[in-house]
Amino acid sequence: MDFRDSPEEAEFRTELRSWLLANLPEGWADRAPEAGRGDFEFLRAWGGKLYDAGYVGLTWPAEFGGRGLSPVYQAIYLEELARLNAPNHPGVIGLNMAGPTIIAWGTDAQKQRLLKPLLSGEEIWCQGFSEPGSGSDLAAGRTSAVLDGDHWVVNGQKVWSSYAHKADWCILVVRTDPEAPKHAGLSYLVVDMHSPGVEVRPLVQITGDPEFNEIFFTDVRVPKESILGAPGDGWKVAMTTLLHERGTLGFALTAGLEGTVNRLIELVRQPGPDGRRPADDPVVRDAVAREWIEMQSLRFTNYRSLTALLETGVPGPEGSMVKLAWSEANQRLTAFAQSLIGLTGQISDDAWWNGYWQYQQLRSRGNTIEAGTSEILRNIIAERVLGLPKGR
Amino acid sequence: MDFAFSAEQEQLRGFAREFLAERYDDVRLAALADSETGTDGDVWPRLAEMGWLDGDLTFLDQAVLFEETGRRPLPAPFFSTMALAAPVFDEKLRAETGAGGLRATLAWAEPGVPQGLLDTAGLSTREADGRITGQKVLVPDGHAVDLLVVTTPEGLYAVDAADATITPHTAIDGTRRLADVRFDGAPARRLADLSALTAIRERAQAAAALEAVGVAQRALDLLVEYARTRQQFGKPIGIYQAVSHKASDIYVRLQEARSLAYWAAWCVDTGDALAGRACLAAKAHATESAVLACEQAIQGHGGIGFTWEHVLHRYYKRAQWLQAFDGAPRTQRAELAAALLD
Repeated sequence: MDFRDSPEEAEFRTELRSWLLANLPEGWADRAPEAGRGDFEFLRAWGGKLYDAGYVGLTWPAEFGGRGLSPVYQAIYLEELARLNAPNHPGVIGLNMAGPTIIAWGTDAQKQRLLKPLLSGEEIWCQGFSEPGSGSDLAAGRTSAVLDGDHWVVNGQKVWSSYAHKADWCILVVRTDPEAPKHAGLSYLVVDMHSPGVEVRPLVQITGDPEFNEIFFTDVRVPKESILGAPGDGWKVAMTTLLHERGTLGFALTAGLEGTVNRLIELVRQPGPDGRRPADDPVVRDAVAREWIEMQSLRFTNYRSLTALLETGVPGPEGSMVKLAWSEANQRLTAFAQSLIGLTGQISDDAWWNGYWQYQQLRSRGNTIEAGTSEILRNIIAERVLGLPKGR
Repeated sequence: MDFAFSAEQEQLRGFAREFLAERYDDVRLAALADSETGTDGDVWPRLAEMGWLDGDLTFLDQAVLFEETGRRPLPAPFFSTMALAAPVFDEKLRAETGAGGLRATLAWAEPGVPQGLLDTAGLSTREADGRITGQKVLVPDGHAVDLLVVTTPEGLYAVDAADATITPHTAIDGTRRLADVRFDGAPARRLADLSALTAIRERAQAAAALEAVGVAQRALDLLVEYARTRQQFGKPIGIYQAVSHKASDIYVRLQEARSLAYWAAWCVDTGDALAGRACLAAKAHATESAVLACEQAIQGHGGIGFTWEHVLHRYYKRAQWLQAFDGAPRTQRAELAAALLD
C-alpha cells in the first residue's frame, strides 16, 4: 500500500501543473467563481489546446491517438484540473462514453474516421439513450430504425441529451426488431447530427440554463454501416458505454467535490451578508468537517477502486457507489452553503459570489437523476454487489 | 500509487478470519461476553504463537488484525495492549508481549476533568520518586491486564497491575469492560514523555476505525443474509426496496469508512504529514457508520434482532463503545474544523 506518486507520476503531475498555469487565461486561478458552464467556444478551443499538449485520451491505446497510460494518470489529470479550478475538455460524452465504445465495438473504418476529431474537440458527441417513455428502463425504448437499401431510416424521439445542441454526432440506441424480446430488438447507431430530419430542441433546466435537449428524428437516413456491433447487439454495446461512464466517473466527480468543499471553506471564513463569519458557529464547523470527511472518503474509495481496476482490468462496483454518494454530498453541501447566506441567496441580479452557490445548489438536484438515478444505483448495489434478490 | 494490502497481509487476514470464526462462533462469543470476566483466558498464548503480538509487525499488518477482530470480536485485551499501550513500550516490554507474557492497557482518564487522550492539563495523578499516586477511571480492559501504562504530568509510566487497586465495572459491551484504578504509591517505571500520547492517539483512532469497519461489515453481512432468506408475503424481504435500499446505503457508508480507515492506517505506518487529520476523519466516520450499520441491521431483522439471544446487539454495543472512545465523532470533527478553518 502506497499512495505516493511514483517518480514518473510525480513528473507528469508537475509538468501538467506548469502547463495549466502557463496556458489558462491570466488570473484564472484567482478569478471570482461563476455560475453556469460558461462559453462553449472557449471550452472547445481549450479542449484543442489540451489535445495538442497530449492531455486528452491519456488512457487510450496509442494506435487510436491516446498515450496508453494507466488510469492513475487520468486520476492525476482530474485532480490537477480541480486544484486549479481549470475547465475540462468539453467533449466528455465522446471521451468517456462514445470513444471507448467505438474502440471496443467499432470497425477499423469507424475508428479511423471518428476518434481523432473526438479527442481534439473538433467534433462533439451527444447521447441518445433516454426517451420520454423510457428513462431508467433503457430497454423499453421505441425510437425505430428500419433498413431501406443502404440506409437505416430512423424515427422517434430522445430526451435529456446533454450537448445535443452543440453535437456533431450521436450515439443512438434504436429498436431494429420490433418482434424480438425487449433487449434483443435493440441496435446501436452512430448518427451524424447534421443529417436532414434531425431536430434539436433545448430544454431549459431549473437553473435556467439550456444544458440538455430533446432530439427528434424524422425519416433520418443513416448509412447502413454506421452501426456498432451487429443488429440486435444494441443492449450489449450500450452496457459497454455505461460501464465506461461509471468506470471513469468517480475521479472527475470527487475532484469537482474537492473544489466545492474548498469553496465552502472559503465561504465560511469570510463575513456573510449579515457581517457575521459562519466559521464562528460550532454547528457550521461541524458541518464543514463532515463534508470534508465525506469528500476524503470518496477520494480514497476512488484510489481503492483504481487499484482493483489495475489488478483486474474491470471497473469495480465502486463506480456506482461513488456516484451515489457524491450526488447526495453535493446536494447537501450546496444547500448548506445557500443556507449560510439566507435570503440574500434568493437575489439573482448582483448575486452573492456571482450566483455561484445559487447555481450549484439548483444544478445539484439533477445529480441524483442524471447518469443513473439514485434509485437505480441502489438497485445495482443491492442486486449485483450484495446479491439480494431482483425486484423485477 | 497502490491501495492494496500485500499478499502477506492478505494471508494474515485469511488466517485471522478463519481462526476467529472457528474459535468464536456467535454462541461462544455470547457465552464469553456474559461470563464473569468477559475474556477468553486461554487465547493470549495462541495469539503470541500466531505472531499477532510481535513487536515487529508494521501498523499495516496490525490494521488487518484490528479489522478482523471487529468482524469477529476477540474477547481479549488485544486493542488495549497493541493500540493503547504498546506504542510506548521499551524493548523489554515488547519482547515480553511478543512472547505472550504480557497484557496491558492505558490508564489516562480521571474523574471530573476532560477525558480525551490528549487532555492532560487537569491530571492529578502524580509520579514522585518512582511511585505513582492517584485515581484513573474508564480504563479499558483494566481488569484483564498485567500492566498499566499511566499518564501523569511527569510523563507515561508502567505500573504492574498487581500494585494497583482495580475495580471492574459491569459494562454494556461485555467483551470490552472498563475499570476504575487507584494507585497508592505504586512502584512505577518511566516509559515516555507525555508528548508520546499523540502517537498513541493516532494509532488508537486508526485502530478504532478499523475495528469499526469490521463491525459494520459483519452487521451488513447479517442483514443481507437475513434479507435473502427471510420470507414475508411469499417473498424474501430483500426484494422490497425499503429493505434493499437500506442495505445499499449501509454498503456505501461501509466502503467510505473502509477507505478512510485504510488511509489512516497507511498514514500512521509511513508517518505521513496528514496522519493527524486522517485518523480524526477515519475515527469519526467509521465508528458512526458502524453504529448506523448495526441499527439498520437490527431494524431489518425485526423482533429477533432486538433479542438478547441474537448476536447483533453484541456488535451494536461494540460499535457504541468505539464511537464513544476518546470522544464522540463531533469531537473529532471539531478538531478537524479547527485545522481546516482557523
